Amino acid sequence: MSQVNTEVSIAGVTLKNPVTVASGTFGSGQEFSAFVDLNRLGAVTTKGVAVEPWAGNPTPRVAETPSGMLNAIGLQNPGIDTFLKRDVPFLRKFDTKIIVNVCGHSEDEYVECVRRLADADVDLLEINISCPNVKAGGITFGTVPEVAQRITRRCREAARQPVIMKLSPNVTSIAEMAKAVEAGGADGISLINTLTGMKINVRTRTFALANKTGGLSGPAIHPVAVRMVYEAAHAVKIPIIGMGGIATAEDALEMILAGATCVSVGTANFRDPAASVRVADGIREYLEQTHTADIKDLIGAVK
Amino acid sequence: MALQTRVKITKTADLGEGIFELVFSCPVMAESARPGQFVNVYCDDASRMLPRPISICELPGDGQIRLVYRVVGAGTKELAGKHPGDGITVLGPLGNGYPFEGKRAVLLGGGVGIPPLLELEKQIGIPAAAFLGYRSDKTFLLDDFRKYGAVYVSSDDGSIGVKGTVITALERAVSDGFSLEGAVLYACGPGPMLKGVKAFTENNGLTAYISLEERMACGIGACLGCVCKTMEVNGHSGVKNARVCKDGPVFDAREVDLS
Ligand SMILES: Cc1cc2nc3c(=O)[nH]c(=O)nc-3n(C[C@H](O)[C@H](O)[C@H](O)COP(=O)(O)OP(=O)(O)OC[C@H]3O[C@@H](n4cnc5c(N)ncnc54)[C@H](O)[C@@H]3O)c2cc1C
Ligand SMILES: Cc1cc2nc3c(=O)[nH]c(=O)nc-3n(C[C@H](O)[C@H](O)[C@H](O)COP(=O)(O)O)c2cc1C
Ligand code: FES
Repeated sequence: MSQVNTEVSIAGVTLKNPVTVASGTFGSGQEFSAFVDLNRLGAVTTKGVAVEPWAGNPTPRVAETPSGMLNAIGLQNPGIDTFLKRDVPFLRKFDTKIIVNVCGHSEDEYVECVRRLADADVDLLEINISCPNVKAGGITFGTVPEVAQRITRRCREAARQPVIMKLSPNVTSIAEMAKAVEAGGADGISLINTLTGMKINVRTRTFALANKTGGLSGPAIHPVAVRMVYEAAHAVKIPIIGMGGIATAEDALEMILAGATCVSVGTANFRDPAASVRVADGIREYLEQTHTADIKDLIGAVK
Repeated sequence: MALQTRVKITKTADLGEGIFELVFSCPVMAESARPGQFVNVYCDDASRMLPRPISICELPGDGQIRLVYRVVGAGTKELAGKHPGDGITVLGPLGNGYPFEGKRAVLLGGGVGIPPLLELEKQIGIPAAAFLGYRSDKTFLLDDFRKYGAVYVSSDDGSIGVKGTVITALERAVSDGFSLEGAVLYACGPGPMLKGVKAFTENNGLTAYISLEERMACGIGACLGCVCKTMEVNGHSGVKNARVCKDGPVFDAREVDLS
């Protein structure tokens, strides 16, 4: 067996392998730790957290779709106080990096949450700008380049940790959004968040989700995600965390070849709680079998 | 402790009217399983990504777990096509299960809410009676319940037992002299029935443990897909809701808001 290097670096933070989990699909790792050895992940990305607790949407919140699912959880979270007291100490017991996903209803809320995290022992912040902007009638922050750039700058100024901006795929040009957050000072970007979708039950003639619309995720969106990672990688210099429908090592490698420095496994965790570790193992096997000494040689290798 | 594993089916049966039974062997899972808990069943067809939560109906011994389910869609249809010797992927046991209080247990089951009450009735110690509600006279599991105690049947169309729901049958029995003195109610069934049970217990100063159903994605408490509303702020969520898959599926009826 040849010696391979699976380490990658995101904004100066070294991950032992290029695999983390997608925010919201893994809680804060506690429940999944019964099924996965968290020490074997490059990082754990936590469920979006806000300054105050959020109650989320009415149910049904999830619906299955072909090779995927819709969700409208509504970013339910217990608020930053509980998160800092309970979840950060839990994750710190493991030899893995901590990426904290942050959400807010206003620019000030994002900044406040980022500030509250300044003294926390966490490695990276991932700012989810797909949240509804309450002041702007619920339009998401992440669809207007100027707004995304401004939030990035404000979070960057308030943050002690590197800031990754998580982009929404529900835009005309992902390259433009990527450039906007890079100009705002982002240390990295992650993509893609879910694609807005809808499902109707023809038997009951009702929406499958109480929220009517929800975010589509899972293998169904993987080709869209690969394309967007590729376009973003060609538009900016900052590192990319790629996600969207990754269920196997092959899916992850595709994303890395398209330009991602590391990847997140999301919806696949629901079918196989150990999917993330299987992806990490599979990447190592691929490197060994193809005599690739360093995973970094694959990042963006398909031009 | 819960685990995900591929298990072997040891028995299948068509119980009629779209209701099927499936027994699989998994000693570690069976050993720690409790009445009221459920298992996630995964489709072999990977395009169906989400687990199908199915309650544990019975623990027949020898490391076996028995499920009884209704075919309602593609996933349960796939399941109904399985035969003894085939494999299925399951994860469990999940959820909290019914608490035992050492009191007379009155069981209330509606439709596919009936199966999880069977193992409960076997283990509860002091079964008082089981009230089972069906759509029609096409019943299932009736003989299993009759082995362990008194059974009161109701049906939506009145073709067997009392016409109406299990609540109708319970009220009828009470007016005929059935005592609820010192009894605890255990219920599983469709939403409207559980609302009825909650109202009944509140009106009569009784305790009821009800098993809720909600759409799930992870089944292990991580995704927050499956919540129900609670009367008080929940310790884990920090808001007035709880995870059906992890904090439930069984709740004290007083603690949940079914409105
Ligand atoms: C804790 C719990 C215990 C259950 N126990 C039983 C049981 O013992 N016997 C039984 O017959 N049924 C039970 N159900 C309902 C069972 O999960 C659904 O009937 C089943 O998932 C339907 O799958 P499908 O693919 O055939 O239907 P589809 O409608 O094609 O399923 C599409 C998606 O919706 C979900 N879904 C559909 N109906 C329900 C439902 N009622 N509740 C939750 N998710 C649903 C499926 O899991 C799947 O993800 C239980 C549900 C829960 C939450
Ligand atoms: C149930 C669920 C909850 C999610 N919650 C969040 C969240 O809180 N914050 C966030 O940035 N993304 C959230 N996402 C989006 C995922 O992190 C990810 O971007 C998306 O699902 C695509 O990856 P996947 O196809 O591998 O799941 C959520 C997705 C799902 C399915
Ligand atoms: S189904 Fe994921 S928390 Fe219950």
